Amino acid sequence: MTVTDQPAARSTPLLDLLNGFIVELRAAGLPVSLTENLDAMEAVTHIPIDDREAFKFALGATLVKHQSHWRAFEVVFEVYFSIRGPEYAIASDGGSDDGDGDSEDGIGQEGGAPTGGGGGMAALSPEELAEMLFRALMNGNDSLLRALARQAVVRYAGMEPGRPVGGTYYLYRTLRNLDLDGVLDRLMEASRDESPGDYTTLEERLERDEFRDRIERFKQEIESEIRRRLVADRGVDAMARTLRKPLPEDVDFMHASREEMANLRRALYPLTRKLAARLARKRKHGRRGPLDFRSTMRHSLSYGGVPAEPKFRHPRPSKPEIMVVADISGSVAAFARFTLHLLYAVSNQFSKVRSFVFIDGLDEVTGFFERAEDIGEAVHRVNTEADVVWVDGHSDYGHAFGVFWERYGREIGPRTTVLILGDARNNYHASQSWILKEVEHKARKVFWLNPEPRAYWDTGDSILGEYANHCDGTYEVRNLRQLEGFVENLV
Amino acid sequence: MTYRFDDVPGVRQLLDGVRYLADDGIAGVVYLADRLGKPVLIEGPAGTGKTQLAKSVAEMIGARLIRLQCYEGLDEAKALYEWNYKKQLLRIQAEGEDRHWSEIEDDLFSEEFLLARPLLEAIRAVDPVVLLIDEVDRVEVETEALLLEILSDYQVSVPELGTVEASQIPLVFLTSNGTRELSEALKRRCLYLYIDYPDLEREQAIVRAKVPDIDENLADQVTRIVRSVRQLDLKKHPSVSETIDWARTLVLLGIERIDAEVAADTANVLLKYRTDIDKAVKEFADNADELAEGAA
Repeated sequence: MTVTDQPAARSTPLLDLLNGFIVELRAAGLPVSLTENLDAMEAVTHIPIDDREAFKFALGATLVKHQSHWRAFEVVFEVYFSIRGPEYAIASDGGSDDGDGDSEDGIGQEGGAPTGGGGGMAALSPEELAEMLFRALMNGNDSLLRALARQAVVRYAGMEPGRPVGGTYYLYRTLRNLDLDGVLDRLMEASRDESPGDYTTLEERLERDEFRDRIERFKQEIESEIRRRLVADRGVDAMARTLRKPLPEDVDFMHASREEMANLRRALYPLTRKLAARLARKRKHGRRGPLDFRSTMRHSLSYGGVPAEPKFRHPRPSKPEIMVVADISGSVAAFARFTLHLLYAVSNQFSKVRSFVFIDGLDEVTGFFERAEDIGEAVHRVNTEADVVWVDGHSDYGHAFGVFWERYGREIGPRTTVLILGDARNNYHASQSWILKEVEHKARKVFWLNPEPRAYWDTGDSILGEYANHCDGTYEVRNLRQLEGFVENLV
Repeated sequence: MTYRFDDVPGVRQLLDGVRYLADDGIAGVVYLADRLGKPVLIEGPAGTGKTQLAKSVAEMIGARLIRLQCYEGLDEAKALYEWNYKKQLLRIQAEGEDRHWSEIEDDLFSEEFLLARPLLEAIRAVDPVVLLIDEVDRVEVETEALLLEILSDYQVSVPELGTVEASQIPLVFLTSNGTRELSEALKRRCLYLYIDYPDLEREQAIVRAKVPDIDENLADQVTRIVRSVRQLDLKKHPSVSETIDWARTLVLLGIERIDAEVAADTANVLLKYRTDIDKAVKEFADNADELAEGAA
């Protein structure tokens, strides 16, 4: 890269540092172009370099152009610049012999925090620590909470130097010992006791949200403390890879955590809106229809019979009709949760969407989505009311397709697009792939979306290959990026 | 080249001065926009003060605000420039027949006959201006390309006239509600700023700044309720401007403490969908059913 040729009159160490940072960002999947790189270089020359926050925002504004990438950026930033800022060092004394992971320097370093002496905290008993945490949360004392987060990590995470364990494990261990849910209940009780009268539902709710907010902040402190210690122990390069947070569009549906799932849902809505907008635009700007011979002849009269101005018919685009057939059995449970959200979002955007779910039986759930006010209710109704179990509640694609064909087959027309979502793991039942063949004949297009990695297809009881012969396309859809790719393809 | 701002805290103070309470991120990006001479693309939920930021910046540096409201179907003639062809026609007629076409042709396409639309106007301005390109996500992807030249080089090419270059680099703000993904080309040319709902303290400060008569306790309660409401799964979450409206309403009604009943009665200021209101009322009230009927 020839960035070093830039006029930015900066010492080379900073340039190298920034270059390394950008390489790291790219490795995390953020698209950083060369221009943005140069902008960042110039931006930091205008920022006082010791102001960490300003530095971060300068880099953020020039390098991160998607809101959803901000979280990933923050983590990379924190890891990459963690031990380089002097006041953020774990140990002040040279740092090289910071062998014992549970050194208390971190707390002693806090210095300004009114903790009543950080060093003393190590001597506290677990009960006293819990009490302190309780009071800090009660009063919303941020600096004390930060110190407590450090102490909690030192004490409970059991971090051992050089051990190749990810941060999640340490986070889990720390949180398990702190029992924050119990603390929340205690906090609520205490605040109820303090208030003069009884709490109304409204007041109770507000109190609870306030405490939740504080606990959430505390958790984040713990998380970043763990990260800081991991990086101090094993070095930036080793940790950057393990701590990297996937971008929302790269999160695997099958293994999404609850937080990631919530992010996915948020990202899903604009995607379906995009899909709808794209369809609408296609319709408006669609290519002109076939030649209108009569009109051309009529207009040719004004040119003395020469058809100088060809006229075309207005295109009559068909309204898309979509039938979505989704597997909601246990093997794709995580994906199914997501699928239902997708169904809901799609049915809000298109008028002619019919949704079906199946395990070994099949049922239509269009009505649940149309009438439901919100997704939670719809999903609940699907899970409780839809009649999808025929024999034993293990997926049987063959039978489910049979039911589909028998009941709804005649409603498939030449304008219908059929989307099938599932892993095609048929538990060694009969595939009945002839049904799919019939469907393909009648429908405009048949697409299969599979939440499993392509490498797993046709292994074990997966018989996708057999069905794929009768589909217009099979797609691996494990994350939003792939789904988006499919959407662009579809239209 | 002289800069408008000295440092980030300075920007923040200036913004405070025009009653726009910025956080470090916002102030930092405005500062960088000036230093790097780059446009700022602002995204975020509706009603979090994206447009207001541009207005406030204009007010704070005493500049004229030139606004281009984007909409579907916006074209060159509305955004950049247009030839005043009526005037051109008159000109031709006034010349009579005795002069050759080649002589008047040059006159016809001169600045005199050019109607400047917002983008060209901002480029040609000699006084300080702030250019606001509002809701840029509403134009089609193809139209976006119109903006690229002005955003990267601060110039407009008029084929008959040549290139009009900016005498000064104006501050440019683009806002987007994120209804569609903007093109990479556009994003690359801009600094990016995401304005989210403010945190509790900042929202409280905003409410107090915008509704000066409000009691401190009431402001605290208002913002805390709004925060809780935003956590619900609603069609549209209350924006900052709606929070302010709600606070104003409560002050006008002379309410000092919000209880569930007051909240249910005035929820329509905060929330704009029937289902959202019902849901919020149900969530927060003891005797939800009664109140829901009362609100309806």
